[in-house]
Amino acid sequence: MSFTDILNRYDWEDVTASIYAKTKDDVKRALNKRKRDTEDFKALVSPAAAPFLEQMAAMSKSITQKRFGKTVQMYIPLYLSNKCDNHCIYCGFNKGNKFPRTVLNEDQILKEARVIKSYGFEHVLLVTGEAPRECGLDYFKRAFELLRPYFSLISIEVQPMETDQYRQLMDMGLHSVYIYQETYNRERYGIYHPKGKKSDFKYRLETPDRLGKAGVFKTGIGFLIGLENWRTEAFFTALHLSYLEKTYWQTKYSISFPRLRPHAGSYQPSHPISDRELLQLITAYRIMDEEVELSLSVRESKKFRDNAFQLGITSISAGSKTDPGGYSNPSSSLKQFEEHDERSPLEFASVVRSKGYEPVWKDWDPCLQ
Amino acid sequence: MQPLTIAGKTFNSRLFTGTGKFSSSEMMEKALLASESELVTVALKRVDAHSGMDDMLSKLKHPHINLLPNTSGVRTAKEAVFAAQLAREALQTNWVKLEIHPDPKYLLPDPEETLKATAELAKMDFTVLPYVHADPVLCKKLEEAGAAAVMPLGSPIGSNMGLETRHFIEIIVGQSNVPVVVDAGIGKPSHAAEAMEMGVDAVLVNTAIAVAGDPVTIAKAFKNAVNAGRMAYEAGMAGISQQAVASSPLTSFLDD
Repeated sequence: MSFTDILNRYDWEDVTASIYAKTKDDVKRALNKRKRDTEDFKALVSPAAAPFLEQMAAMSKSITQKRFGKTVQMYIPLYLSNKCDNHCIYCGFNKGNKFPRTVLNEDQILKEARVIKSYGFEHVLLVTGEAPRECGLDYFKRAFELLRPYFSLISIEVQPMETDQYRQLMDMGLHSVYIYQETYNRERYGIYHPKGKKSDFKYRLETPDRLGKAGVFKTGIGFLIGLENWRTEAFFTALHLSYLEKTYWQTKYSISFPRLRPHAGSYQPSHPISDRELLQLITAYRIMDEEVELSLSVRESKKFRDNAFQLGITSISAGSKTDPGGYSNPSSSLKQFEEHDERSPLEFASVVRSKGYEPVWKDWDPCLQ
Repeated sequence: MQPLTIAGKTFNSRLFTGTGKFSSSEMMEKALLASESELVTVALKRVDAHSGMDDMLSKLKHPHINLLPNTSGVRTAKEAVFAAQLAREALQTNWVKLEIHPDPKYLLPDPEETLKATAELAKMDFTVLPYVHADPVLCKKLEEAGAAAVMPLGSPIGSNMGLETRHFIEIIVGQSNVPVVVDAGIGKPSHAAEAMEMGVDAVLVNTAIAVAGDPVTIAKAFKNAVNAGRMAYEAGMAGISQQAVASSPLTSFLDD
């Protein structure tokens, strides 16, 4: 049994139609319940919920404060490499993009680590494309050895791996893994991922199962916002979350909101989403699941970030550079996407404080694993 | 009001507090001072205990405040024992609030692992305060294993729902030879007062203070509620009668 078996029970078009069939009464019922299920979630992401956004934001804010307090966790990505064997048509690292590629060596990794550490970060997210010959298990192990003395918590957003490989990395200090399905639309997945290992829909879909079996502390899921209808994607993400919470109950979960941004190759999303809709999505997840972590990156604008982190978001990056080496040697290499909010981590942290929230830099200790 | 003694240490305040979820460490300090709490729990994972520069710890340096490191984040007895040893070294205290929750969603305590870790830590001369379900049998076993106090939950942590487990807490209070501290779920001062009236020795409050509109004032309100509840308990409250008893229709024949 894996999530594939569950996903196979659903038809994309039927689900979409059922979301659009939700009425104001369905939304009211969902909002007035004490515990909501994925059917209530459909109502919350439906067009019928749009007039309830203010109420949803207020609920999301208070539920989030109850669980997470007046705090927001701070993290930063460290791009180790922009080499990639995949041809994802929406991504700047697409193999077809003819740009010089970089894989950071040990010295470069340490330089980046020192800059990041000087900002105050204790949580770091390692990011790569998918190029296992250069950035495979051994490369990651070495990176963990180098970085563990610098950071309290190390997470990764890299190619999907095998259960045993995740276990080996946990022994080296891995805490959490982020793996986005990009789209849950099986029929159309191949259009976006025509070649390379990533074209295997099922292998990617079952990665959170392998992470659960490996016992990682936290798994982050999500879809790439802009590829397909966000409401339908959101439902399948919620379904995935609900399956994972029941099956791998010792793992913590997080949802991210990667929204397509301009990049080299300039793919234009066919299903763009407004800020208003993105906020509806964030608050809908929160109202359905009071405990799930919600994470926001610098893909979003200042205005959106400064407000949204109070309305459901529990962890947020700041000062990110999406090109390998970009912290110690700015604009040196190909970026994954253009950062929308270019404020420094300290500038952003002072905004957080000015809104009456505490930026939390450290919420894990290596002695706990 | 009688002072409370746990493992030979005397507390004038029966309100224990936590340090998470505050909007700033300055606000935390103000609220904790207003609460007059003398035992404050700190998550080991949140502090940088080694550098001596930790912002939160620096705000807790007051003569009347004792630190109670907690093991939040561990999933097994083995990890908990390891974390407790590090906490002892880093924070210079052998007190530990034992929290073992393998379930990161509801943060519910694992009874088997908690019992195992309590026995082990007690042998290593720790003062162990285990966070557990309101399970009277488990609390007796923890006492036998060497717990310095037991900390049954009132309702799920952070839920502010109050004493949903009150009937079990009453049994625990009635049976326990070690102090009983209600931890988790206390959402308002009246919940704290209710627990104290029942004869609970102390309560631990965090979310309800940290997330309140005005944490300093609510901290004072909790202090007063805890004191009021304790005073009432010590005074011995009048019983509640179910109905007015004007005459004695069932027993008056005895006087005939």
